[in-house]
Amino acid sequence: MTELKENLKKQIVEQLNLKDLNPADIGDDMPLFVEGLGLDSIDALELIVLLQQHYGIKLAKAEDGPIVFKSVNTMAEYIMANKK
Amino acid sequence: MTKPEFTVTQYCRIRENTISKNGNALFNNPNEPFSRFADNAYRFLNMAYPKFHKMDNLSKLGLLASDIMLNNNNLWNKYTPFEVGVVLSNQNSSLDTDIKYYEQVKKGVASPAIFVYSLPNIVIGEICIRNGIKGENSFFISDHFNASQQVQYVNNLLKSNVVKACICGWIELMGNTYDAFLYLVEKSGDTKGSPFNIQTIEDLFNNKIE
Repeated sequence: MTELKENLKKQIVEQLNLKDLNPADIGDDMPLFVEGLGLDSIDALELIVLLQQHYGIKLAKAEDGPIVFKSVNTMAEYIMANKK
Repeated sequence: MTKPEFTVTQYCRIRENTISKNGNALFNNPNEPFSRFADNAYRFLNMAYPKFHKMDNLSKLGLLASDIMLNNNNLWNKYTPFEVGVVLSNQNSSLDTDIKYYEQVKKGVASPAIFVYSLPNIVIGEICIRNGIKGENSFFISDHFNASQQVQYVNNLLKSNVVKACICGWIELMGNTYDAFLYLVEKSGDTKGSPFNIQTIEDLFNNKIE
């Protein structure tokens, strides 16, 4: 799980072009949107693509997005639960 | 001599790895492809605007040029957000990004972050968001920089009081070939500058005015 979270942080920084940010600066429970990393709606779409590209997971229900993409922890839990 | 009604108060040029403002070279970063040149210019200018890194190259070019041109301009001491317009043009529209998007689509999974830049007027949007501009804006596509058309169009905006100041110019990028020429037109007052007319704009574009 720790390795998965570290990989996720690197992938988020790379996929979202967060060049001013070090993956280590992202806390496991840090909110990804608004007051945390300050991601926007386009970033949310990029996170969906990230799940699909790196983990072969398609977000089945759009309304799950805010729960799944709340933090690195919630993303990792979703991946573990849905990885084939 | 009659005072011109409108004046070009600032201008900026970015091309061939060099940035200049009002004819004076500010930054030179030779032999770098555009993406690295832009990143190095961003650091040189201390822009502190993380969204810059998410932009396509056309928007990066426009944002760099507008940041440099508007630096220390005190635009908001003189105008409200709705009184400043943006009128730009180029040759290749957003083709540089369109091709990148098309290449991704062919592979199966396309990036939404690239898709949102597949229109040329997005660069205007980025300039407006960065500077809080809410006035009239337009983007024209033409084979070459058409000073006559731009001067006529912007004159109409200014004379009809649609805007009181306008950021204008040419923002062209295709691969590692790029040319940004931005200028600011304002109602003539105490600010120094060149008269806003076709000859001035052609001369500035062709580097005939230092």
